[in-house]
Amino acid sequence: MNEALLRSLTPSVLAILVRRGADFAAAEDAVQDALVEAVRVWPADPPRDAKGWLVTVAWRKFLDQARADTARRRREDLVDEEPAPGPAPAVDDTLQLYFLCAHPALTPSSAVALTLRAVGGLTTRQIAQAYLVPEATMAQRISRAKRTVSDVRFDQPGDVATVLRVLYLVFNEGYSGDVDLAAEAIRLTRQLAAAIDHPEVAGLLALMLLHHARRAARTTPDGSLVPLAEQDRARWDTESITEGIAILQAALARDRLGEFQAQAAIAALHADAPTAGETDWVQIVEWYDELTRLTDSPIVRLNRAVAVAEADGPRAGLAALAELDASLPRHAAVAAYLHERDGDLTTAARLYAEAAHKAPNLAERNHLTRQAARLNADRRH
Amino acid sequence: MAKYLLLKHYRGAPAPVNDVRMDQWTPEEISAHMQYMQDFADRLEKTGEFVDGQALAPEGTWVRYDGEGRPPVTDGPFAETKDLIAGWMVIDVDSYERAVELAGELSAAPGAGGKPIHEWLELRPFYGSAPTITE
Repeated sequence: MNEALLRSLTPSVLAILVRRGADFAAAEDAVQDALVEAVRVWPADPPRDAKGWLVTVAWRKFLDQARADTARRRREDLVDEEPAPGPAPAVDDTLQLYFLCAHPALTPSSAVALTLRAVGGLTTRQIAQAYLVPEATMAQRISRAKRTVSDVRFDQPGDVATVLRVLYLVFNEGYSGDVDLAAEAIRLTRQLAAAIDHPEVAGLLALMLLHHARRAARTTPDGSLVPLAEQDRARWDTESITEGIAILQAALARDRLGEFQAQAAIAALHADAPTAGETDWVQIVEWYDELTRLTDSPIVRLNRAVAVAEADGPRAGLAALAELDASLPRHAAVAAYLHERDGDLTTAARLYAEAAHKAPNLAERNHLTRQAARLNADRRH
Repeated sequence: MAKYLLLKHYRGAPAPVNDVRMDQWTPEEISAHMQYMQDFADRLEKTGEFVDGQALAPEGTWVRYDGEGRPPVTDGPFAETKDLIAGWMVIDVDSYERAVELAGELSAAPGAGGKPIHEWLELRPFYGSAPTITE
């Protein structure tokens, strides 16, 4: 039973049903039913043509449901239009599905849930577990999302940027459960990159691969965060890094820079350094300058201040920081780090404690509290 | 079975015995504390008594309705608010005695100097559903 194959076929099977005239919401349910059936039947009786099997079974499920609805609502015409079973058409509408599931009318959480189900082939239960909400809540979120896009024409081109934002969210804000959302985001981005030739899609894929490569080194077994400079680089996944850099270089060569490529370039410079001390901070600052031009985001400026400190010394970093609004998320954490680098341990300890108080999650709070504790303990001795 | 809420407070609880702010502990003491909490939750999952546990950020906002067609009023955080909840754990246990025993264990989490904090935890029973047989 190859679950990866099954899930990779999900979007194209769904797209075929929609192309045959099924409405998206009903087709999506039918495909999920077909997936469940495949999990049940395939181990004992594997099909020769997996995709053809799924299309046939999903279409039958769709028709069964349509007939049941027809009995209630007298919609007979649809059922009479059953096409002859045959080979799946060669045209692949996977890309259209990505656009639909990331439609701007959807809220981010709805777009994420719908993408994971309709494009990713995950069950509602798996998505619910991953985002730590009850299954009934996730089911409602998905059916509302399907209603929201029910009138959207399937053949209209969408905006790649909205799709990339959704995939970035899946990668970056994934929680737990038995589904590895980061790996799933990479799989979906890889599939998207195969469906559309776009440098920012490549940029996002490279960014994900480069970050994912460091995952094993990023936390200790008890869940504590390990800062980049202290990570055991031997535990970085070199295969993932090599692939990420190759994808990034090909994208950059096309000279259509975007924010994901720029972010990936920064991640690549980190990944490329054999030790933290050998990091090319001057180039990283240049990439942050590019990113600032592309996004004008205060968060980017905050990260840039850290890079400036590494390249030109903590005083330069503090000067860059002084231009930013102190209410920015993680501002106190950055200030604490730069003051520590500058040798002002009293201020640094106070700021680490303040940053811990404002931390956006428990792992960061514990990390920052530990930083404050470390400096306070040093000062006592 | 009965469900209980174990409430941990940032403030509002009586002072614990070993009352030292966490940023004044050593990093090793912090790690030992985190490990103890994690082990406790893991153990309760294994005994089938763990339901849920979450931690809350220390700052929140007060919100109230301000009348038809008006946006809600927000205010705070208020320094004078006496009670500030830091997190909770929900357990499902056979008896009140078991709930007290577990709360006691959680309160023994190590703090400064590696000694138990003796933190006061609030133990609140859930209203369960009405029993089928009452006579």
